[in-house]
Amino acid sequence: MSVQQSSDALTQVVATRNQERHGLIVNIFRQPFTWLIAFAGVVFAVLPVWGDNVQLRESLLLAAVYVTLASNLNIILGYAGYVNFGNIVFFGLGGYVCIYLVSEWQWPLAAAALIAGVSVSLLALLFGLGILRLRGAFFALATIGVNEAIKAFVSNFEPWGGAAGIYLSLDVYEPLGGPGQALWIVYFLIVAAMTVSLFLSYAIKSSKFGLGLLAIGENEDAAAVLGINTPRYKALAYSISAFLPAIVGGLYFFKTGIIEPGGAFDLTRSIEAIVMVMLGGIGSVTGAAVGAFLYEELRGVLLTTEAFSHFQLVIAGLLLLGIVLFAPGGLMGFVYRRWPRTRRLLQ
Amino acid sequence: MIGIIASIIDGLLVGAVYGLAAMGLTLIWGVMNVINLTHGAMIVLGMFALYFLASALGLPPYGAVPVTIAVGFVFGVLVYWIAVHRVIGRAHLMSLLSTFAMNMVLVGLGTALFSTSPYNVPVPLPGVTWEGYTFTGTHIMAAILALVIAGLLYLLLYKTRIGKAIRAVADNRDAAELNGIPTTQVLSFAFGLGAALACVSGTLIATLFPFTVLSGGAYELKSFVVTVLGGLGNPAGALLGGVALGLVEGITTPFMPVSWIPIIEFILFIAALLLFPRGILAFSRA
Amino acid sequence: MPINRLVLTAVAALLTASPALAADDTLTIGFTVSRTGKLNNDSTAQMRGFELWRDELNNQGGIKVGGRQYKVNFVSYDDESVNARVQQLYTRIINQDKAQFLFSPYSSGLVATAAIVSEQYGRIMLTTGAAEEKTYKLGNKNLFQVYSSADLYLAGAIAAVKELNPKSQVALVYKDDPFSKAVLQSARKQAGEAGLRTVLDEAYSPETTDFGPVINKIISAKADVLLGGGHYPDGATLARQIYDHKAGLKWVTLLVAPDSPNFATLGDAAVGVTVPSQWEPQVSFKPDFGPTAADFAQRFHAKYGIEPGYHAAGGYTAGLILQRAIEQAGSPEQAKVAAVLNSMDVTTMFGRTKFSTDPKEHGLQTGHEMVIAQWQKKGGALFKEVIWPKTAKTSDIIY
Repeated sequence: MSVQQSSDALTQVVATRNQERHGLIVNIFRQPFTWLIAFAGVVFAVLPVWGDNVQLRESLLLAAVYVTLASNLNIILGYAGYVNFGNIVFFGLGGYVCIYLVSEWQWPLAAAALIAGVSVSLLALLFGLGILRLRGAFFALATIGVNEAIKAFVSNFEPWGGAAGIYLSLDVYEPLGGPGQALWIVYFLIVAAMTVSLFLSYAIKSSKFGLGLLAIGENEDAAAVLGINTPRYKALAYSISAFLPAIVGGLYFFKTGIIEPGGAFDLTRSIEAIVMVMLGGIGSVTGAAVGAFLYEELRGVLLTTEAFSHFQLVIAGLLLLGIVLFAPGGLMGFVYRRWPRTRRLLQ
Repeated sequence: MIGIIASIIDGLLVGAVYGLAAMGLTLIWGVMNVINLTHGAMIVLGMFALYFLASALGLPPYGAVPVTIAVGFVFGVLVYWIAVHRVIGRAHLMSLLSTFAMNMVLVGLGTALFSTSPYNVPVPLPGVTWEGYTFTGTHIMAAILALVIAGLLYLLLYKTRIGKAIRAVADNRDAAELNGIPTTQVLSFAFGLGAALACVSGTLIATLFPFTVLSGGAYELKSFVVTVLGGLGNPAGALLGGVALGLVEGITTPFMPVSWIPIIEFILFIAALLLFPRGILAFSRA
Repeated sequence: MPINRLVLTAVAALLTASPALAADDTLTIGFTVSRTGKLNNDSTAQMRGFELWRDELNNQGGIKVGGRQYKVNFVSYDDESVNARVQQLYTRIINQDKAQFLFSPYSSGLVATAAIVSEQYGRIMLTTGAAEEKTYKLGNKNLFQVYSSADLYLAGAIAAVKELNPKSQVALVYKDDPFSKAVLQSARKQAGEAGLRTVLDEAYSPETTDFGPVINKIISAKADVLLGGGHYPDGATLARQIYDHKAGLKWVTLLVAPDSPNFATLGDAAVGVTVPSQWEPQVSFKPDFGPTAADFAQRFHAKYGIEPGYHAAGGYTAGLILQRAIEQAGSPEQAKVAAVLNSMDVTTMFGRTKFSTDPKEHGLQTGHEMVIAQWQKKGGALFKEVIWPKTAKTSDIIY
């Protein structure tokens, strides 16, 4: 992994030099990868519409949610090397804030979701400043602690429904044109969030900020000595990685119509996000997307075939075990080694 | 007032069992710097072992204890060779993920075999009543056994050769290797030992409460809290940490709704991580 | 990946094959069952009620609608007692399995989740095993509740306690989930109105297996009446631990759990425990159609070897009601059947059934009443007897 990081670092140096010449955003639009991301988003949006295929939309919606979670997790896990075991807390909190605003204060969905994203990011910044002081396994455990503490707190917090949660009244779908249409609108919003996530993680990777994160992931003390403000970078990464998952959480639970602590702060889902990032290839934008997509499809198939539904966890576990023991670079790690030219193209 | 004392005593009794559970986790952590995320699965293994030995085979419940120690040990060694051996030197993330993956496999198999329905092992044991409050016989027995097993562990670690070898490897693996100690065997033994402790604590818990395949998770989280409180790698600390946690639960229960206790525990957990990385008892190595 | 494709092709093959099975002469009803997980005890009982109804119906040739006979076909999945599964599975049942009518899962929490999906796609759902009212107050059009709603559950117990000892000290200890919370919310008010003193009021997390701390609190508060509980696993455990701790209670009412025949396995811990029940085999309503309570109990016993509790009866009744509605509507069309259901006012072995048509609480059950049952020891064996209301009782109260 070290060799790969080094050549990645070289690529970054070239990129930053280019960027200093043309500016980050302009430069990104020149890259074919950006257009690849946009294309993926369009495909997601169009496919279920063509044929009015509700079942496909449902399954793609879940895939899009997971791609969002995985690619944002990549920012703190893949780039900076901090294992955020409790990453689902952003998703759950975002869901709660959004649902609460929609049901108690009758806010329109888009505004509620946006505020959910912003507020959870700010909270993440606060928490992050505290727990990011810990290293390695301690940080990982602390993130679990944060998730569980918040789950326990929300279970007792009556304004948010306590352990029973919040049920959305069916007339929240009216402003969006009724339940049928609302489901489609929510789908498109989630696909948009997914596309932005991929774009965001790519942009970060190509920027000076991302270079700093990668340096921290490589060797944090060396990075600090070299002048990178590690506490600030880490806190920013943690906070940014919370924004889109929170928004998507709000959208997802709106579609579900109900949110309760067990389902919102599900540690298993959190770990699955890590599995996806590992499966696809840690640190790779394409990797996070591919890993999430494949894992979700596999899971969907396993769950609905009676024979396998009980083995879903076993198969997922074996998959993860296999990757960790034999192929820690994940799918994209394999692809990059086999076809080195893809490294520049499929970041 | 009496109610509070009764609550504290109850807390201490259960705390001893928490401590036993955490000892397995902290031993493995201290010896090989691996956080064993199959800990929960081992606990559940112990629970189901009791169920089968007691209900299906008709063994007296406490007679199952030595059997589960053996079963846990064997499973532990297996898990070591499958998931841990290859990732020991590498980045923390790897061992975290590999043990977690093993956990998923074990819990998944358990779910496939036993589903997530609740199981119960009734253990009729007369309790002790005092001032209107009853301490169930099972609670008392579990605490006694936990202390006995902890004592046996102490003897093992400090009075036997293998115990010395474990401590040597924990201290400095390379030096131990150079001194002729077969470190890999010792590591797998230590892992088996840690798993055995988790397993037997599961058996004791099963005598107290009903359980499901998924129950391990909650006790695993409690074990993390206890381990951090007591200091990583310090089994004595784990026992004390467990009792301390039980004490905290006992003291706070009479004063607030029972559902708030987990919040207190996790805040304590995060605080301990941030403020006392070496454990509140600070006897040990982080 | 090749395995994926193989499995996918297999699934696709199965799916394209099934429409051929759902020929014109079958009606598909979909639902999920908690075959595994914490709710499996009561959910299985409910499912057995469904299945008994379906088997008897199909043996007679099916539902007679407008000159044709429709056999009933069930599509069901295991929801593992988990909300997330319920959502996914009902979406699948509606969109892929093309069920025409739905039964609910068991338990108010899961039903609320299923209701969202059934409303989103506009399908009629008969809910059984679901007493919480909030679900019906969210603006639905297609839900029809078979059970009495939650606010009636403890009314009888409170009235009985008031009669036995108006100076009782009451402890309210209940599961923190939609159903139990709803029941206890009403109970709290009713206890206050009856002049009973509430000395403890606490909800416990659904995951709780250690009731020691709460029981100690009950003892400290010197309560002599306990009202609460939740569903089977926690209710049974609570009952057992109360017995182990010798909590000194004179009256215990627990929700749901004591109604299951399995509760008898608690042995002496079960004696004296009461439960609010939607139905008991001993009730004697004169049905407009369908079997009497005694008939049903006998047929159920013949098929499954155990006595039916009210969960099974509720399941069977859901089937009966739907069957009646389709027969009277003369067609399986949603709108026509819904119209019949909305205007229905009938009596079955379960009791009187009438749905509210007020759009603010559509589908809420307004006709049905509840009884209290108590476990009593007669000649060494345990039996469930009806002790309240006085007009329906089969035995005296043990206090």
